[in-house]
Amino acid sequence: MIALGHYQPSRILTNDDLAQIVDTNDTWIRERVGIVTRRIADTETVADMAAAAADKALANSGLAASDIDLVVVATCSAVDRSPNTACRVAAKLGIDAPGAFDVNTACSGFSYALGTVDHALRAGAARNAIVIGAEKLSDFTDWTDRSTCILFGDAAGAAVVTASGDDEPAGIGPVVWGSVPERSDAVRIEGWRPYIQQEGQSVFRWATTALAPLALKACERAGVAPSEIAAFVPHQANLRIIEGIAKRLDMPQAVIAKDIIESGNTSAASVPLALSKLVERREVPSGAPVLLFGFGGGLTYAGQVVRCP
Amino acid sequence: MTRDEITAGLAEILEEVAGVSPDDVAEEKSFTDDLDVDSLSMVEVVVAAEEKFGVKIPDNDVQNLKTVGDAVAYIEAQS
Repeated sequence: MIALGHYQPSRILTNDDLAQIVDTNDTWIRERVGIVTRRIADTETVADMAAAAADKALANSGLAASDIDLVVVATCSAVDRSPNTACRVAAKLGIDAPGAFDVNTACSGFSYALGTVDHALRAGAARNAIVIGAEKLSDFTDWTDRSTCILFGDAAGAAVVTASGDDEPAGIGPVVWGSVPERSDAVRIEGWRPYIQQEGQSVFRWATTALAPLALKACERAGVAPSEIAAFVPHQANLRIIEGIAKRLDMPQAVIAKDIIESGNTSAASVPLALSKLVERREVPSGAPVLLFGFGGGLTYAGQVVRCP
Repeated sequence: MTRDEITAGLAEILEEVAGVSPDDVAEEKSFTDDLDVDSLSMVEVVVAAEEKFGVKIPDNDVQNLKTVGDAVAYIEAQS
């Protein structure tokens, strides 16, 4: 992974703003989920945000659009069935003839997409890839449901990933991915017209108990001791989930990403968004091992250790 | 394990997880209304109780545990 970029809409929705729409308040939201603000798209589509994030990542990478031969977008909120978001991004960025496809595993999407891209690069199917997490969850938010509408935001995050030589160390560790299909009702964006619904307590319990051992497995597969991890970037679902998992991981050196506070839950965008901001603020040294871990609807999960760009 | 011992164990968990004073914990107290334990803290209490008492408390049963006494009875029945 050689570069990152992110995009967030300019409109900020505060807890006080939400208190004007539904029966809630700032203190309640902060205590339950730890969110202070979230960004809401105005006219931007998922593809617009994805392309904006990818454009920044590409600029940071020093590569040209013509160098890119694979574009993969993780999203569960693209409204259009076809073309897929990846083709739209390629068109906007002027990338010529890349492999282009979308991945939908909801909130774990970025780590699934990154794992898939890593495999494609190792197999020789591509040389230089852009992997993006992009979501416009505001399109699927029930603004009359105070238990969910306080949670979500819109954003995109992107990474440029290149094939490494045979004698170079792997920049992306083996992905640990999986699902709990029998719990598919726990997070849903179903039917038409769909809104996000979830069984909050059930998801909270799964996330705070089942995921830490899986995240540790990703460290083990990468051959990196938990004590060496420089940053932990989990899906930004809820501050109490992040802190609950972090406590069980026991990574004293690690910066814990808490972008949830200012961005809310942006599903597949949350991991690359939070990572991009950590790198931009120079909170993680280049080359340091970072543990990414996505989880959510499906239920699905995926994570891997990457070397910080 | 006696009911008093289970109550004392729950009081320890409630203090650690939700900052509830052990002096406030009694069987007739409601988790939500009297002890100010929110729905997510309740999950944390249940997970800690499973570990401490070696019992299983499935999601569907958590909503039936309104008072400390409900939880004590549930744990007592399994232990």
